[in-house]
Amino acid sequence: MSRYRMQRLGFALLTLISLVVVAPILAVIGIILVEGMGAISWEFITAMPFDGMKQGGIFPALVGTLLLTLGTAVVAIPIGVGGTIYLAEYARDTLVTRCIRLAIVNLAGIPSIVYGLFGLGMFVLFLRMGTSILAGALTLAIMTLPVIISTAEESLRSVPTEFRTVSASLGGTRWQGIRYIILPQALPGIITGIILGLLRAAGETAPILFTVAAFFLPRLPQSPFDPTMALPYHLYVISTQVPGMPIHIQHGTALVLLALVLSMNLFATIIRSYFRRRRQW
Amino acid sequence: MFAQKQAQAAHADWREFVIEALIRVLGFSTIGFVLLIFLFLLREGVPSFYKVPVSNLFGTRWYPNFDLFGTLPLLLGSVLVTVTAILIALPLGAATAVFVREVAPNWAREILKPMIEVLAGIPSVVLGFFGMHAVAPLIRGTLGIPTGLTVFTGALILAYMALPTIISVAEDALDAVPKSLRDAGLAMGATQWQTIWKVVVPAARSGITTAVMLGMGRAIGETMAVMMVTGNAARMPLSLDSLFRPARTMTATIAAEMGEVAQGSIHYHTLFGIGIILFLLTFLINLAAAATIFKKRRRGGLR
Repeated sequence: MSRYRMQRLGFALLTLISLVVVAPILAVIGIILVEGMGAISWEFITAMPFDGMKQGGIFPALVGTLLLTLGTAVVAIPIGVGGTIYLAEYARDTLVTRCIRLAIVNLAGIPSIVYGLFGLGMFVLFLRMGTSILAGALTLAIMTLPVIISTAEESLRSVPTEFRTVSASLGGTRWQGIRYIILPQALPGIITGIILGLLRAAGETAPILFTVAAFFLPRLPQSPFDPTMALPYHLYVISTQVPGMPIHIQHGTALVLLALVLSMNLFATIIRSYFRRRRQW
Repeated sequence: MFAQKQAQAAHADWREFVIEALIRVLGFSTIGFVLLIFLFLLREGVPSFYKVPVSNLFGTRWYPNFDLFGTLPLLLGSVLVTVTAILIALPLGAATAVFVREVAPNWAREILKPMIEVLAGIPSVVLGFFGMHAVAPLIRGTLGIPTGLTVFTGALILAYMALPTIISVAEDALDAVPKSLRDAGLAMGATQWQTIWKVVVPAARSGITTAVMLGMGRAIGETMAVMMVTGNAARMPLSLDSLFRPARTMTATIAAEMGEVAQGSIHYHTLFGIGIILFLLTFLINLAAAATIFKKRRRGGLR
């Protein structure tokens, strides 16, 4: 076989494999969209479930997930951004810094169910928070940190060194340079990191299994110390634990969760590409 | 007026000192979190290692109701699902990375990359749901087996969950191959395909190994999708047809049983014990992956 024919064959194979990778992604979104659309109505979004969740809507689960995500943001953003500033602007290449980097890689790799065990052991039982939004948000926040830090650090590092030297030459202190020069320049990247982290928190089920999630709780939480329903856990419950669950409600719930997460994803992509185009360096 | 300015400067100094100290603390906090996680796993999990005899703990039968805590079927279940998933994901991921980096026209790249990001964003419970309702019946139908909830189904879903990690790390590895190597290959009269196959991919080998390890770490820790599609039967997956039978992983066992155990019971401690095993496994995998990253940097010299 001539080597040019070999090349055509090879490229065709690579194209084919890429299609094999992409097709199921489209199938997941397409099938859930088509099957789930029928269930979506104003009532489905805003009503309490009843009749063993076989009727009514997903309102408490949706609100629960939004509250959890908000709680995660409140905890994770300051820690994540502070940690990022340290790593990108202060840390020198020492053994301790390597340990921090290793810790971040490790945090990113810890299985989500192990985060759940940790949250149960530390927040729910040891600190006596009970199964509550607080315990869940703290657990999810720690899980979110590596995503925020690794994305945000990249954007801080991409700010040219000249910005720092110019700030220093004008008499600015290190912190002033960071606060007024570096952070504003790196903001889009930081926001992207935060959204990517929160998106992961919003879709996770395993960490909230034993820390927050209520099987069936048809009212809204009154305080951070209440348990709540959450969308991903609700989807798990109605698709595996409740016999005779109408299939369109399952698909509808999956669709709402998918739409929530993918719209956050889209938002992050838009911010990133918009600011990349506007950047002047 | 001068004194006032000085006072202001002193004030600013004091505030900056506090802020910088705070940032330092936050920087170190990640180490603290890893230690805390390990500490609490040990605190709740270690009792299982002295309350349950070793022969029981590493036995072949997991029936907590009869005080049989053999973790071997769960460990093997996890390993089987993970290895199968990687065997599926590696060729798919490596080929897609090569396609995106080296071959694809711009428009195809603009479609592929966001699609892969979307895949990374789909919650695992949604993929599990899809696996139950779309993939499992398909597998049952094509193979004519009694249930579609098998190791293979789980591995298939896991492979796609590991793909975004594998593709993006492998892409970085291909990206790091110097242009001079490619040019040299082409200048020797090799076709583009020969250059990719014989020069670029071998040069990126260590990065692709890292990609596989990170994908493996992701796969072994995955919980919800696996629990929903592998059928959850805690049996030793030793026979040849195990691939097309149900199995149960360590992660699924914790997720399924922790909600129902009495706190402080042996069963409770043993589930934490499985958590320790998972923590150490993923820690070692990530350590190995990180080591190859560090090595690459050192060798890279100026870059």
